[in-house]
Amino acid sequence: MVTVTAQTPIREFTASFSRDRIAVTAFAVLCLILLAAIGAPLISPQDPYDLAQLDILDSKLAPGAKAGAGFTFWLGSDDQGRDMVSAILYGLRISLGVGALATVIALALGMAIGLISAYAGGWLDSLIMRLVDLQLSFPSILIALVLLAVVGQGVDKIVIALITVQWAYYARTVRGAALVERRKEYVDAARVMAFSTGRIVFRHILPNVLPPLIVVATVQVAHAIALEATLSFLGLGMPITSPSLGLLISNGFAHLLSGRYWISFFPGIALLATIVAINLVGDRLRDVLNPRLGSHYGT
Amino acid sequence: MLAFAIRRLLQSIAVLFVMSALVFVGVYAIGNPVDILINPQADQAEIAAATRALGLDQPLWRQYWSFLAGALAGDLGKSFAANIPAVQLILERMPATLELALGAMVIAVVLGIPLGLWAGLRPDSVSGRVIMAGSILGFSLPTFWVGLMLIMVFSVWLGWLPPTGRGETVKVLGVTVSFLTWDGLQHLFMPALNLALFKLSLLIRLTRAGTREALAQDYVRFARAKGLTMERVVRVHVLKNIMIPVVTVTGLEFGSLIAFAIVTETIFAWPGMGKLLIDSINVLDRPVIVAYLLIIVLLFVLINLIVDLAYTALDPRVRLAGRST
Repeated sequence: MVTVTAQTPIREFTASFSRDRIAVTAFAVLCLILLAAIGAPLISPQDPYDLAQLDILDSKLAPGAKAGAGFTFWLGSDDQGRDMVSAILYGLRISLGVGALATVIALALGMAIGLISAYAGGWLDSLIMRLVDLQLSFPSILIALVLLAVVGQGVDKIVIALITVQWAYYARTVRGAALVERRKEYVDAARVMAFSTGRIVFRHILPNVLPPLIVVATVQVAHAIALEATLSFLGLGMPITSPSLGLLISNGFAHLLSGRYWISFFPGIALLATIVAINLVGDRLRDVLNPRLGSHYGT
Repeated sequence: MLAFAIRRLLQSIAVLFVMSALVFVGVYAIGNPVDILINPQADQAEIAAATRALGLDQPLWRQYWSFLAGALAGDLGKSFAANIPAVQLILERMPATLELALGAMVIAVVLGIPLGLWAGLRPDSVSGRVIMAGSILGFSLPTFWVGLMLIMVFSVWLGWLPPTGRGETVKVLGVTVSFLTWDGLQHLFMPALNLALFKLSLLIRLTRAGTREALAQDYVRFARAKGLTMERVVRVHVLKNIMIPVVTVTGLEFGSLIAFAIVTETIFAWPGMGKLLIDSINVLDRPVIVAYLLIIVLLFVLINLIVDLAYTALDPRVRLAGRST
């Protein structure tokens, strides 16, 4: 229960969030995954991309087999004799990194465009919203594929593709929320105080449109990670020098028919766990940050 | 209604033009296909000849102009790789993709609506919760990975289903189909199931939400009070009312099934136009990429248009609202 004396927004938010056991578990799993990804060089048994540490005699070993170097391949090894645990931890780093980077940039971009759209109104607003509608009427994978077909491959290219796919969601969300906020009394009050438009938008409206934006962003991070994996699997995403989870799964595809399931299976489980955890946390965030309940946030 | 239809049609045509320009400039602004297509030892004269033959020496606007004129006549150039008209190449592959997408839609509808109805009628039961948990999983599972796991289980371990290809096909009215032969059906099942998974989850959620909403309405309570059996109430009153959103979403999602078939076709080596797109991107076969995109855009615009018009015709409320404004 929430104590009445300590009613700060953050505390209330934490208390409200932790009322759902599944969401708390998902959050814990997500933190573990993040820690594992960040600490990959420290906790993985080998550096999977240091060729000196790989032994071709260890290749395609089943889960639980002993490596020549002494440690155990708990999740097996791939065709290069690479430990799958290490490969997955390093792959998580890349997948999460790309997903998060693309989301942050798309968030900033979408937020700016949405705020401009809401505040400018008129033809600019309708032009931007037409563009958003047009883009959202096509599946994201198609847009990303076209873009990658046009600009070619590379880490920067895939980040650009993910941003292009995502910005429209944020722009629409921010515009909708900002249109509601700007009609409220505190904005009138700020205007009476002769604050500049910039100050009203960034200091007053922005904090109040953040809650719905955070919810959309959580879901979009999961989408971005899944999309990057799919594109990498199709051979149009990450280059071979940045082996994300999607590339690991793609690599295992070649060995699937000979029964060596672990090269594709375990990276997929890591991907699935990440996406499910993010989605469950996002679901709970949506309930907690619901505008009807969240009167304590912002100003 | 007629004015609405004409306005929607004009909008659709405008979208087509905008998209064709975007696609053309995008695809033609990068790389030089000549580098890929001819012998690396070729001298300058041969390169120039090939460039001229492909029309790549013209200014961009003129290339677009001849492209647009060609597009309206159904001619989008020859595939650099296969040396046959790109449109023909795609149309040859289209029946396979449509068959796959339709198969997936059938699976999603046949399983999704009853499961969603069940979960909606018994939201707190164990079975209802299991169905919902399954649909959350269906949303989160990466499609391509599920495809691999299906091959793993059904082809490698159990040996029940073939992992790749279309199997034995027959021609019906000039269209090649798989689903009429036992072998073809076996080949179709796994890719269709894989493609259906996401839509299945969507339909379960949609039907469940619709059912719960309908059950709380007065007309359901009234029908129950009248002494009708629950079965009849569900079949006649609830189902009828949740069908409008379900039909709309099913129609709209058909386009995205065709887009997502790109992934499924690549995994199961299903010879549809999605696999063709990936192959063409890999060798930078621009006419095929452009033709695929334009055909997909056309399909999307058509589907959206048909769904919009059908929706207006089906739901009197939309029609009335349209008239009052």
